[in-house]
Amino acid sequence: MEAVRAENLFKTYGHGATEVKALLGVSMVAHAGEVVALLGPSGSGKSTLLTGLGLLNPPEKGTIDLMGERVLEDGKAFGDLAALRRSRIGFVFQKSNLIPFLSAHENVRLILALNDQMGPETYTRSQELLEYLGVGNRSRHFPEELSGGEQQRVAIARALAPAPPLILADEPTAALDSQRGRAVMELFRKVAREQGTAVVVVTHDHRTLDVFDTIYEMEDGVLSRAEKTA
Amino acid sequence: MNLAMKDLRRQKVSFSATALGLGLLFAIVLAMGGIYRGLVEDATLLVDHLGADIWVVQRDTRGPFAERSTVPPALEDRLRAQAGVASARSFSTATIQRIVGARSLRMTVVGLSWPEDKGQALPLVSGRHLRDPHREVIADRSLGLALGEILPLGDETFRVVGLTQGMLSSGGDGLVFSTELDARAILNWQAPEAKRVEREGRLARLAGTELDSISNQDRLRDERFSPPTLAPFPANAILVNLRPGASIEEVQRGLEAWPDVTAYTAQEQRDLLLKGVVEKSRKQIGLFRALLAIVSGIVVTLILYNMTVAKTHDIALLKLLGARSSVVVKLVLNQGLLLGALGYGFAILIAKFLFPLFPRRVLLGPGEYLGVGMLVLILVTLASAAGIVRALRIPPTLILAG
Repeated sequence: MEAVRAENLFKTYGHGATEVKALLGVSMVAHAGEVVALLGPSGSGKSTLLTGLGLLNPPEKGTIDLMGERVLEDGKAFGDLAALRRSRIGFVFQKSNLIPFLSAHENVRLILALNDQMGPETYTRSQELLEYLGVGNRSRHFPEELSGGEQQRVAIARALAPAPPLILADEPTAALDSQRGRAVMELFRKVAREQGTAVVVVTHDHRTLDVFDTIYEMEDGVLSRAEKTA
Repeated sequence: MNLAMKDLRRQKVSFSATALGLGLLFAIVLAMGGIYRGLVEDATLLVDHLGADIWVVQRDTRGPFAERSTVPPALEDRLRAQAGVASARSFSTATIQRIVGARSLRMTVVGLSWPEDKGQALPLVSGRHLRDPHREVIADRSLGLALGEILPLGDETFRVVGLTQGMLSSGGDGLVFSTELDARAILNWQAPEAKRVEREGRLARLAGTELDSISNQDRLRDERFSPPTLAPFPANAILVNLRPGASIEEVQRGLEAWPDVTAYTAQEQRDLLLKGVVEKSRKQIGLFRALLAIVSGIVVTLILYNMTVAKTHDIALLKLLGARSSVVVKLVLNQGLLLGALGYGFAILIAKFLFPLFPRRVLLGPGEYLGVGMLVLILVTLASAAGIVRALRIPPTLILAG
């Protein structure tokens, strides 16, 4: 089952002399349960592709399908993009980006509340996810009281809470040491395998490429599939 | 999930301090209204309390509260003979300042028409009403006098037999009630030497009078002759009450024909007081209040705008996670309303516990509280709008920029 399919995406920033072509006919697919890496130097267009797939910064041309449903075509949205984001896409960032005034538990429940889920089952769901990710005992702590690794685990729990078919992660291990970084990447694979979620990760960390099922390389707005070497 | 409350949970102290600052501002807005109402109340207190139908004053003056008005007490008798008049009583009042012990007391002396009025209608908080026609007074508590305290005024000493609360003149001075005769004596008191000089002056003028000069000279030479007494002390007004069924307008018209007096209805006297004594204060307080409301509005707007700016990252994250605009609007608006409500709560507490300590009366009724409450609601709603506009413009991609 294809969680996300992007076809022939084009995105340009600026005009005239300052024009930058960030995406030049990019196509890619991520299946349910698959972990996909996006590699490439800074300014190659990785983040533009990720924000395009995340329906934050729609490309001018091309199509994006989520779970087989067309959500974007040549810049035109089909449906409420914010609603699609909160129900079908989970986000994990370089920094955990947890809401500082909410506890770990509340950060996870927040995304459920945004999806109009407010019953007692949200407490159970949140606690289960935190325990699943190994931070169940930290559920009442606030982000500032958690380590970087713990914060990232809470962020992943938040991304998983509405059971989205797609998780987009933008350099999620950049702020972590190699050991914790690897643990997070392995967590993504575990989530993909056990939850059936497609996970697309922008990364510079070549030491963890063995974790990924598919690797794409981006250069000057052009995406190509790379061979796994490990 | 109430994000506004969750956010405030983490910044209780700074939020409360901000609300307290706003509360002080709102309290001043409340105080301005209360001071104005206090002014009106103080100004009209006596007119309302005395309950006269018609105030008869010196011709072409505006009565004892607006300017100096003197009428002879004998005018009472002429008025009693007037058709429709049930009673007429002299009324004297003036503000005096005396040193009592180590204190400088500024008080407004008011004469009560003995024996009909012994101060029964006065709201006593302790002591009793007048029992003796002389040398007893009822004083307002604001003067700091104690029951039984002796007050030397003029030639006499007066015992404080009762205490009132909130009985102030239009100038904010505490009222002291005595019998009318005592009031006149207090207000017109002259030192014995001044009286002697005045009498000598009268004698000298009499001696120089050509008319009946022979008999005057004889009288002056007569050892049994005593110098003429001074004229009885004048009153400031005569208060008239009408018989049941008598027309105020008709009696007033009749009195207007008298060449030496002017007659006002109680309502006219009230209006004169408000226009004369209170009008300028009202305008000044009104302007000051409007300025304060504008300052409060600017302060609230800045606070809420800055609170929103401080949450830029969190709002961008919420939007990236797909939060509806209403979630962001609620976050900003709820905090604005909470800040306003807490600030207003502080303002009410300040009004309750601090305003009674003010030297002038601050009179707040439900209308005043409701009015300022509505003003706070409007201010925080408008101020929140600035924050909301800012919040809705925050792009969700800001998160990805690091």
